[in-house]
Amino acid sequence: MSLDEHRASTRDKIIRMANQIATFFHSKPREEGIAGTAEHINKFWEPRMRRHLFEIIDAGGDGLDELVLAASSTIRRPADAAA
Amino acid sequence: MGLVHEIDYGTPASKAEKQVTLTVDGFSVTVPEGTSIMRASMEAGIQVPKLCATDMVDAFGSCRLCLVEIEGRAGTPASCTTPVAPGMVVHTQTSRLKDIRKGVMELYISDHPLDCLTCAANGDCELQDMAGAVGLRDVRYGYEGDNHVRAKNDGVQNFNWMPKDESNPYFTYDPSKCIVCSRCVRACEEVQGTFALTIEGRGFDSRVSPGAHELFLDSECVSCGACVQACPTATLTEKSVIQIGQPEHSVVTTCAYCGVGCSFKAEMRGEELVRMVPWKDGKANRGHSCVKGRFAYGYATHKERILNPMIREKITDPWREVSWEEALTHTANEFRRIQYQYGRAAIGGITSSRCTNEETFLVQKLIRQGFGNNNVDTCARVCHSPTGYGLGQTYGTSAGTQDFDSVEYTDVALIIGANPASAHPVFASRLKKRLRAGAKLIVIDPRRTEMVKSAHIEAAHHLALKPGTNVAVVTSLAHVIVTEGLFNEAFIRERCDWAEFQDYAEFVSDPRHSPEEVEKLSGVPAETIRGAARLYATGGNGAIYYGLGVTEHSQGSTTVIAIANLAMLTGNIGRRGVGVNPLRGQNNVQGACDMGSFPHELPGYRHISGDAVRDIYDSLWGVKLDNEPGLRIPNMLDAAVEGTFKGIYIQGEDILQSDPDTKHVSAGLAAMECVVVQDLFLNETANYAHVFLPGSTFLEKDGTFTNAERRINRVRKVMSPKNGYADWEVTQKLAQAMGLNWNYQHPSEIMDEVAKTTPSFANVSYEFLEKMGSVQWPCNEKAPEGTPIMHIDGFVRGKGKFIRTEYVATDEKTGPRFPLLLTTGRILSQYNVGAQTRRTDNVMWHDEDRLEIHPHDAENRGLRDGDWVRLQSRAGETTLRALVTDRVSPGVVYTTFHHPDTQANVITTDFSDWATNCPEYKVTAVQVAPSNGPSEWQKEYNEQAHQSRRIAGRLEAAE
Ligand code: SF4
Ligand code: SF4
Ligand code: SF4
Ligand code: FES
Repeated sequence: MSLDEHRASTRDKIIRMANQIATFFHSKPREEGIAGTAEHINKFWEPRMRRHLFEIIDAGGDGLDELVLAASSTIRRPADAAA
Repeated sequence: MGLVHEIDYGTPASKAEKQVTLTVDGFSVTVPEGTSIMRASMEAGIQVPKLCATDMVDAFGSCRLCLVEIEGRAGTPASCTTPVAPGMVVHTQTSRLKDIRKGVMELYISDHPLDCLTCAANGDCELQDMAGAVGLRDVRYGYEGDNHVRAKNDGVQNFNWMPKDESNPYFTYDPSKCIVCSRCVRACEEVQGTFALTIEGRGFDSRVSPGAHELFLDSECVSCGACVQACPTATLTEKSVIQIGQPEHSVVTTCAYCGVGCSFKAEMRGEELVRMVPWKDGKANRGHSCVKGRFAYGYATHKERILNPMIREKITDPWREVSWEEALTHTANEFRRIQYQYGRAAIGGITSSRCTNEETFLVQKLIRQGFGNNNVDTCARVCHSPTGYGLGQTYGTSAGTQDFDSVEYTDVALIIGANPASAHPVFASRLKKRLRAGAKLIVIDPRRTEMVKSAHIEAAHHLALKPGTNVAVVTSLAHVIVTEGLFNEAFIRERCDWAEFQDYAEFVSDPRHSPEEVEKLSGVPAETIRGAARLYATGGNGAIYYGLGVTEHSQGSTTVIAIANLAMLTGNIGRRGVGVNPLRGQNNVQGACDMGSFPHELPGYRHISGDAVRDIYDSLWGVKLDNEPGLRIPNMLDAAVEGTFKGIYIQGEDILQSDPDTKHVSAGLAAMECVVVQDLFLNETANYAHVFLPGSTFLEKDGTFTNAERRINRVRKVMSPKNGYADWEVTQKLAQAMGLNWNYQHPSEIMDEVAKTTPSFANVSYEFLEKMGSVQWPCNEKAPEGTPIMHIDGFVRGKGKFIRTEYVATDEKTGPRFPLLLTTGRILSQYNVGAQTRRTDNVMWHDEDRLEIHPHDAENRGLRDGDWVRLQSRAGETTLRALVTDRVSPGVVYTTFHHPDTQANVITTDFSDWATNCPEYKVTAVQVAPSNGPSEWQKEYNEQAHQSRRIAGRLEAAE
């Protein structure tokens, strides 16, 4: 797999994983769902993964579940030099 | 040291509460009602001669050796079958009894070979003992007449004689020595539950026979060894005892195979292991075992075991054997170089659920303290991480709620996605015993497993659901329970959050969760769902046992939550006989999780972002721990391909074989600059390694394993490590090479550190374990002797939490290209990726992985049983041979993954559980077609594996 292909597949994976989380939290009341999504990502995602997520969000969030976007302001942005 | 002797009380203990006092030979003894006179005598220290009784099985009363006299009663009743009565006065030795016993023994001996001196059981034979005990001095009858002893009588063929059956690789059956006491038959029925043995014929002609006059290996026998243990003579004897001789000392230790965690006596002669015998005081197994723990330890001395450290620059180079010092210095330098070049977070490690708690603790400590990051994960990720998440969210603790003894009080067992008969055999035997005593069983599994129907067992309901629909089906059970008003309101009001319950009740009551709707997507008839729900809710103590068929799904965590909801709804939590019990795969999955193997949490399930928790370690370890979660295994591999992750220390795991999407794993490993594998054998992952550190077996180290019931069991060293060091010592040496100031002299000091820093382990120490045998965590000032059953007066988190469980179909869908659903599992004789069991005679039961396919699907494809087939998914393809069977439903195929040649994980995809990334092994859309042999990938892979296993200076590459 070339690096470009890999980037594309990483992007797809991040989107899929974030959306899977959002899907679960959709069954909760709205506010709880937003908080739950953000908390889950903060708790379990390593900075590199969150950085990828923010790259997608910052580029418009194409493909992301709207609940992820709604939660994005409470998802911790990784410090730049963390990796 | 000597042998650990266990008392045989002759008959099983009575569970009655009422006590009865009687007199035996002048001693007063008080025992529970229902106890046999034989057992009561033994309690008083008086051993009544016996042959056909043993305390693992019910008395049968056939040998007439155990007779006693009771004042005021006529005759000489058998003490093994006669229960005690208040005020009874028993005499075990009178002249009448002596005469009868001598006569009985004389008859036995007259039809028994007198080759005691050369007999394998010499010194461990109850017949010998009894001849001595009754004072037998001469035998009046010779072998002239009918006998079973000699092949020929006066040159004429003796039809009563039978040759030895040596078909089983681990024990022999020598009929000439059999006294037909039927202990073996009863052990197979009552203890193991397989019913493989019968007594055929009558009177003098009666014989023990596996199945219908078959060889042991061809019969139903699963080689658990219960009959061998029960046999009072040399008739059934371990081949190892025949070869080596009787052991002279024994050490109690814990099986290193599955999450049942059976206790064994390792019976030794010097440093040579003679046999493993299940220990009756073992609280998980109560004296029983399965073929793996009992017999499959030969891998420890297998010729392919690697005993010297090895390094190489490139994975295409042959290995070079080096000294420990060189290997460790090289590794330390490489790791430091990588961190310098690519950043602190560019390396990480994987702990092993096969290693001890202490070893796991050290690996995560090395990573957090020494590497300075939290890139630690464990292969428990691929099996039970959703259990941690689901039970943590709902109940507040990441573990099963019961001990195994609890099953003895269960009225309805609900098994979901587990096949204990294969994966947790000793637990299965205990469950089957309870089922034979009348408890009911519900099985939710796509496959008709052995639990659904086998000897004297039949599930009341089998919900043969389509793979991937667990959440829908379990939620539908809740629908029935709520809408039919079968929930336990009092329990819910007292123990759970009532508002959350109401929300949940409203959610599940929706018609889309009704059995009729769920039938459409799961394929389970609505009536079956209703019947199962009613039985679980109203049948008495309901206990749920579940396995990887629940967790290894994209909705694994949601299913665990749904299960937890079900138990709360019906009040089936917090007492004996009920509960929610994950059946853990490998021996120390529970322990690996407890010891902080996950990248987001420190030992004891405390999140890494908690300042107070980090402080404990910061001050003890003299570092500042990173407060960000680290990478999980799949994320490490992603980061490796991307170029930000370059080095990994893998202790005792084979991620290339055990993790999904093999091609992705190999791409990740190939992209790293320093892969360090510590294992017994050059496993599949080692094909991509630069450093190989030889590991040690559980026989060669001290430590602890924690089983599926949270029980901390001691592992004790019985021989010196053949590779020079126990695994914990290797990790310590690596830490020292990296400049850490570690100085543990013994694993007990590591446990002390765990206890000091982890509240749920506060009271645990080796000294305490020595005293208690084993304890179940939490074990601290609130529960000084441990916690057999959790959530007794309330949930750990406070109020039990109901959480909505919306079913979401997996993205892995069948379609025209991949019309079948593949699900995976395991079989009894092999263990996980099979690295150990494949290197024992267990291969006699399972020498290859087969693809189970329904006759209908096979016919459509022109396949016959035994044909080679190509199995293809969007991730890859492999070939294996078909097994045509209706155990699987049409549309579903099934295989195991014990052999590397099969490469079943080339097929599985990178889909995973939403909460924990536990891979979705249990559902993959596939196509099956006829094939001529191994796929291109298999050939390439084998070539690569062969190349990478070369060791410089050795002619033949070791596997
Ligand atoms: S080894 Fe186990 S299964 Fe086989 S005959 Fe003996 S008791 Fe039965
Ligand atoms: S094989 Fe052993 S246990 Fe079985 S009947 Fe014969 S002597 Fe008894
Ligand atoms: S593999 Fe499991 S059931 Fe078998 S002996 Fe070992 S711990 Fe017990
Ligand atoms: S031991 Fe009681 S009859 Fe055999």
